[in-house]
Amino acid sequence: MSSTDVQSPVSGARISPGFIALFRIEMLLALRKRADIANPLLFFVTVLALLPLGVGPEPELLAKMAPGMIWVMALLATMLSQESLFRGDFEDGTLEQLTLLPQPLYFAVLAKSLAHWIATGLPLALLSPLLALMLNLPAEGYFCLFISLFLGTASLSLIGAIGAALTVALRRPGLLLALIVMPLYVPVLIFGTGAVQAAIDGYAYSAQLAILAALLAAAAALAPLAAAGAIRISLDN
Amino acid sequence: MAWQWFHRLGSPRWFYQKTSAWLPWLALASVVLLAVGTVWGLGFAPEDAKQGNSYRIIFIHVPAAFLALAGYYIMAISGAIGLIWKMKLSFAVMRAAAPIGAVLTFISLFTGAVWGKPTWGTYWVWDARITSMLILLFLYIGVMALSQAVSREQVADKACALLALVGTVNIPIIYKSVDWWFTLHQPATIRLTESSSIDPSMFYPLLTMIIGFYCMYAWILLTHTRTLLLRREIRTNWVQQELAGGK
Repeated sequence: MSSTDVQSPVSGARISPGFIALFRIEMLLALRKRADIANPLLFFVTVLALLPLGVGPEPELLAKMAPGMIWVMALLATMLSQESLFRGDFEDGTLEQLTLLPQPLYFAVLAKSLAHWIATGLPLALLSPLLALMLNLPAEGYFCLFISLFLGTASLSLIGAIGAALTVALRRPGLLLALIVMPLYVPVLIFGTGAVQAAIDGYAYSAQLAILAALLAAAAALAPLAAAGAIRISLDN
Repeated sequence: MAWQWFHRLGSPRWFYQKTSAWLPWLALASVVLLAVGTVWGLGFAPEDAKQGNSYRIIFIHVPAAFLALAGYYIMAISGAIGLIWKMKLSFAVMRAAAPIGAVLTFISLFTGAVWGKPTWGTYWVWDARITSMLILLFLYIGVMALSQAVSREQVADKACALLALVGTVNIPIIYKSVDWWFTLHQPATIRLTESSSIDPSMFYPLLTMIIGFYCMYAWILLTHTRTLLLRREIRTNWVQQELAGGK
């Protein structure tokens, strides 16, 4: 079988050995299955709606918990949606074909991670001011919350791709994926919530945002490499 | 010529036979050092001016914490060697190191909590060091869980090695971020005792314990690796010979 036989699940479309082509297909797939975009968002909103029911509706208490809770929920929503990142491609054999492309697997992983982020992380970041409003977060924190989620969820998508790649060949990877990926999410969570907290307290928060951006740069450079290696290992299974 | 030992080390059989001679010595060294260190530390080292006798838990706590961290690097480096040189032996070392490291991490967390109660008045504080040790424990457990979940041995080896390496990149980042998180948001009320500022009369028994723990770690790691090797190579001739000779 030659590498020109590669057919995407979308009829007629052809995966050319290019980052942009793969990215376009991923986005097209995401748009066709809108539920995949909506589900993480709905999860995010539903769980956050449970929070006041759990801890009580006092505005001061909610305001205090809001940055951390929004961040933790964003983290969970990203992680849960990540399980299926490579699954479809693994099951129909596309993933194996991707490894045969003349271009490095790095770009394929990067394209998929970017598409995953646009489908989950970006909507979460866009939605976050609304939830911040509902949780009574002080107005000074809105902008910072948005920027920190914007940068942070991209890192989460990239880091989570490693876990998704390692567990793609397993039958029920859900909890294992969480166990593997959660410890690696810690720095992003810390600097994300740290930035929002600093903004609420009236301090400068550019340092934390700069660190988040640095984490993103490092993740974009290294995580797809690790995930590409993990895909090759998983395909041996 | 200089690399010959390295290639030989890749052979499970050579390793198994060579380490048979080392094991008794390592066992002897660790038992003697740990016994001397324990008696010296618990019985003869002076009482701490502020903490009284409760400080004596450092003779367990500090060496365990040392090795919990060092053990992660041993695991990750042997995993990397396995990935790069496709060495069966180093994957076995990596797999053996994960549970040992997890237990040592747990011991250091547990003794830390026991020590924390009389000293700080609480079992648990979200201190930078404690939190990063807890995350280290989760990293170990992640590697162990992955190795259990993947059914094919060789695939599990490579997957765990990759995860351990990703963790290695992350350990400094996690430690630094937790450190900053702590200093940014809470006043530094707690200082863990540093071994550099410790009196010699306490330091020497501690050093004995640390070296003893290193010996014990090597001993357990070798024994565990040997067991894993026997199980993995059960179909080969040399294992059959070893097992027949042992009877």
